[in-house]
Amino acid sequence: MAEPILSTERLGKSFGVLKAVDGVSLNIRKGAITGLIGPNGAGKSTLFNLLTGALRPDSGTVRLNGQDVTAMAPDRLFGRGLGRTFQIPRPFARMSVLENVMLAPIGQTGETISGPFLMRGRMQQEEQRIRDKALEVLDFVTLGALADHPAGQISGGQMKLLELARVLMGDPALILLDEPAAGVNPVLTATLIGKIEELNRQGTTFVIIEHDMDFVMRHCDPVIALAEGRVIFEGTSDEALRNPHLLDAYLGAPADV
Amino acid sequence: MIGVISYLVFFATTASILAIAVLGLNLQWGNTGLFNGGVVAFFGAGAYGTLILGGTAQAGHLGGYGILYPLALLGGMVAAGLMAWLVGLLTLRLRHDYLAIATFGVAVAFENLMRNAEWLAGGAKGVRGFERPLREALGDGFLYNLIFFAAVLLILIGVYIFLERLVASPFGRLLRAIREDEEAAQSLGKNPARVRLTAFITGSVILGLAGGLYGTFYAFVSPQDVLPTLTFQIWAMLIVGGAGNNRGAIFGAFVIWGAWTASGWALSRFAPVDVQLYTGSVQFILIGSVIVGMLMWRPQGFLPERLVVSQRGKP
Repeated sequence: MAEPILSTERLGKSFGVLKAVDGVSLNIRKGAITGLIGPNGAGKSTLFNLLTGALRPDSGTVRLNGQDVTAMAPDRLFGRGLGRTFQIPRPFARMSVLENVMLAPIGQTGETISGPFLMRGRMQQEEQRIRDKALEVLDFVTLGALADHPAGQISGGQMKLLELARVLMGDPALILLDEPAAGVNPVLTATLIGKIEELNRQGTTFVIIEHDMDFVMRHCDPVIALAEGRVIFEGTSDEALRNPHLLDAYLGAPADV
Repeated sequence: MIGVISYLVFFATTASILAIAVLGLNLQWGNTGLFNGGVVAFFGAGAYGTLILGGTAQAGHLGGYGILYPLALLGGMVAAGLMAWLVGLLTLRLRHDYLAIATFGVAVAFENLMRNAEWLAGGAKGVRGFERPLREALGDGFLYNLIFFAAVLLILIGVYIFLERLVASPFGRLLRAIREDEEAAQSLGKNPARVRLTAFITGSVILGLAGGLYGTFYAFVSPQDVLPTLTFQIWAMLIVGGAGNNRGAIFGAFVIWGAWTASGWALSRFAPVDVQLYTGSVQFILIGSVIVGMLMWRPQGFLPERLVVSQRGKP
């Protein structure tokens, strides 16, 4: 296997006596759409937060492109090409959709307190470029018509698309999506999947947490399953469907349904 | 007639100085979401700093450096900024209400320090011996006050333009993003700690500027000028005017200062004598009621925040 874009080694995180993530070692293949599944409380979101720097692990390491990035702050990880979205969308509600997206590029000239005054010309040129790119990205995620709307007033599904648009402004090589299809109507879900697959063909790697097994089996390969903070399965989606362990842990025995 | 005009100039000068302070608080709270409960400490640092640096030699306390006035005023702003930097490093990790409590404590500590450290700033007697700039040329009369008012007004306009440009820039975008959702902003490559500190210091420097002008106007500052009352007044101005809106901040300053002055006058004129003794307390209750009432019935203020955008989508 080629060098993984992201890997962890014996990653651990506890909250009190609860071992939310318990010695997780895994490799994320470059160029793949990896599905991360598991029952509620399996540690998926905690693992995501460890990978994106939102939480510090108690033990273990995280490597991005072979470099140790354990406990590196989220803002620095974004600069290194790792983007993420949230389980419950987090738009900047009292800002326009366009501004939400224009915020994302890092190191903007006008982002300092003196920039808007001392480097006005350069800032304006840059703003023009960022705005054009932002509108392009918004069109890509089908939100172009909502550019001037307050982001707090669009639908939940549109917020998920907006989060993807924000992340795309940083041209990340790896995007972690936390339940992108949850609570989103089927039409928007289809749109979102289409965009993810299109970006994937262009070379972006994805890791997707998703509850909807159907979604995972259809769009993700490979699949990693967590239960009680541990990796209980790693393999292709076909293997996942045939794995009795996984069915027990995740889907429950058929009689329970 | 000249009496009325003279009073109006006096009123407008004070209101304009307070408006500058409200603009500083608006950058912190309205734009960035930082709950500064110790406004008066930074206002006071500016006032004390300016008067100590620009005053004539005094026995018994620091000061009397007689520095050229604009530099003294700048020094007052630097003093407020330095204090904000220190306080910010210690407290900005705190969220909303905790930050408010911590900064309120800083302001009380500041007042106590000024009241008790006589070697520093004259203690309870305050800083004396400050000469208002250009006094020799202009005298002490109406002309001086008129020109001083014009200068304050120019500074207010300058601060307003500076802040309007700032909030419409990518930096303003960044402030709003931190206010709306710090964690999401950090996931997009922004450093919230640095942004919060920058906004806190900048707002405090503006508060210090207002304090410096206030001290200059009265040519005197004492611990009585840095009581928590002023913090509440400035907050009431911002809440009534409209947090997040610079015009609202200025509007609120004039409305609340007008109401404060009018209520003081009305109480002294019409209230029974035994109530008059408590004029200050009654006003305090009134301003508290205004804050509570606004928060209950019109929390966005009279001039609510508009959707400030740095850039529009379709032309």
